[in-house]
Amino acid sequence: MSKIKDAFKNGKAFIPFVTAGDPNLDVTKKLILAMDKSGADIIEIGIPFSDPVAEGIVIQQADERALSAGTTTDKIFDMVKEVSPQCSCALAFMTYINPIYVYGVDKFMENCSKSGISAVIVPDVPFEEKAELAPACEKFGIDLISLIAPTSKDRIETIAKEAQGFLYCVSSMGVTGVRSEITTNIGEMIATVKKVSDIPCAVGFGISTPKQAQEMAKYADGVIVGSAIVKIIAQYGVNSVKPVSEYVKSMKDAIR
Amino acid sequence: MSKGKFGIHGGQFVPETLMNAVNELEEAYNYYKNDPEFIKELDSLMKEYAGRPSELYYADKMTRDLGGAKIYLKREDLNHTGSHKINNVLGQVLLAKKMGKKRVIAETGAGQHGVATATVAAFMDMECDVYMGKVDTDRQALNVYRMRLLGAKVHPITTGTQTLKDAVNEALREWTARVEDTHYVLGSVMGPHPFPTIVRDFQSVIGKEVKRQILEKEGKLPDVVMACVGGGSNAMGIFYDFINDKNVKLIGCEAAGLGVDNPKNAATVANGSLGIFHGMKSYFCQDEYGQIAPVYSISAGLDYPGIGPEHANLHDTGRAEYVPITDEEAVRAFEYLSRTEGIIPAIESAHAVAYAMKLAPKMSKDKIIVINLSGRGDKDVAAIARYRGEDIHE
Repeated sequence: MSKIKDAFKNGKAFIPFVTAGDPNLDVTKKLILAMDKSGADIIEIGIPFSDPVAEGIVIQQADERALSAGTTTDKIFDMVKEVSPQCSCALAFMTYINPIYVYGVDKFMENCSKSGISAVIVPDVPFEEKAELAPACEKFGIDLISLIAPTSKDRIETIAKEAQGFLYCVSSMGVTGVRSEITTNIGEMIATVKKVSDIPCAVGFGISTPKQAQEMAKYADGVIVGSAIVKIIAQYGVNSVKPVSEYVKSMKDAIR
Repeated sequence: MSKGKFGIHGGQFVPETLMNAVNELEEAYNYYKNDPEFIKELDSLMKEYAGRPSELYYADKMTRDLGGAKIYLKREDLNHTGSHKINNVLGQVLLAKKMGKKRVIAETGAGQHGVATATVAAFMDMECDVYMGKVDTDRQALNVYRMRLLGAKVHPITTGTQTLKDAVNEALREWTARVEDTHYVLGSVMGPHPFPTIVRDFQSVIGKEVKRQILEKEGKLPDVVMACVGGGSNAMGIFYDFINDKNVKLIGCEAAGLGVDNPKNAATVANGSLGIFHGMKSYFCQDEYGQIAPVYSISAGLDYPGIGPEHANLHDTGRAEYVPITDEEAVRAFEYLSRTEGIIPAIESAHAVAYAMKLAPKMSKDKIIVINLSGRGDKDVAAIARYRGEDIHE
């Protein structure tokens, strides 16, 4: 069993996201260690991209800050290599296809494997295009995470059958970002998945409060939170480690 | 299975949220492109609303002045709304209407595609939102007002380089947020399948007309067909019907800004490398880590870091040639055509005129060059004046 699937063994999983290099890689390293201690089950590490089309303004700006601080894919690999042996939770990368493709898909997945990354989430690679990444992922033992969205409908079963690690359920239409209300019928989406697969389902997009997380955890095996954490980092910068750990702890406690 | 491939290029690299929308679009297009009713309706719109066919004009003075090949101009600038963009927009908005969509969105660089979309949306009673980089809303202020006049809402984009690339990002994001009742009228032969095919098909009317017109006028095919290339829709439109005529040379002119050796350029084939962005595998200006480069051109319509996947394949196979043209060369061609033929070209189209000015004198007098004059230059007058150091206000 993969380290990703293990993350769902102890009750509902909490999956925080952080943009690597925002405000700098040293802070990112401290954030990862602190989130691990505060109860994170998987940490999503964002490799910043110049044009993140699936992101709302909060993560767009984090990507801009990280890139202008000189963050590169190689420097991120170095940071992850240092931090991963000290983490008990699983680590995953979230980025776009172009940074992976241009780096070299094989070289990228090999470095993932060497530095302790267990999975990759690539929102602009849908089911039909996964052959671009799947062979290299398989070769180096990296889970390629699949996504389903409120518009997926009859695609859900097809995607779920081949999903690895966990299934990323996009809660809402549009891009990432905090939402006051989530109107999609998540229960129905996940029930459709469970008909064909026992893969753990984690819900993301728009979740920010412990109450929302609790609500989602009624149906889902895990909850993913990005923009709400990135907002704290934007506000506190190099001093964000403490408020982020407190936030992660409160979210994990809410779904425990 | 990956769909919409041109050689190794193309595909459908979009978020899952959009997959059903692009699949539905493909299905609807495959149905309506063979539907006699749809074809008839579009033909009559092209004729009576857009003013097609556009003239193939023999540029006699330019030909004599350059002293070589005969030069013909395909007058897409004379279409309603002033450019070739209307061809694609009429097709796509009519298709969207048939699909039951209530709203259209579009990205725009120079504003020509935005104006065409706003125009057809007004006329077909659709809600319309246009996304345009803040840098472009400033340098193409006249077109912004024109879109508003037509009832569209223009959203200036302040993220990234604030140009065409960022407008596409934002249109994609907006489409993800509201996909059920909205059609994204993509303006060029780019993006995820089926857009490169749909846009090329709707623009291919240009090349079909040129073929008929040149055979009438000259009794033979041209030796060279050339067009400017940003994403590449006017070029694909004029090239497509000539791809199997191997003796017709196809040349795309890309924007080299301050020069191909200067970082301020947008010459994708000259400087780009293979990547996957905006839904497609193709060539892009980018760094070694796949971060998209902040490109530059005086022409807002060519100021884009990528090229359509079918062009990328025409480059790979050697069927078409792509040449870089600088700001200075394009501005000189803009002025030259204005004074020589009394035709003010769009600064985008002036890139093709500029290469013809280099090429024609080297060709013999029995050879024929067709330039796609993809748009009119009224929108550019103030910017060119500024380039020449005169501060005039619209």
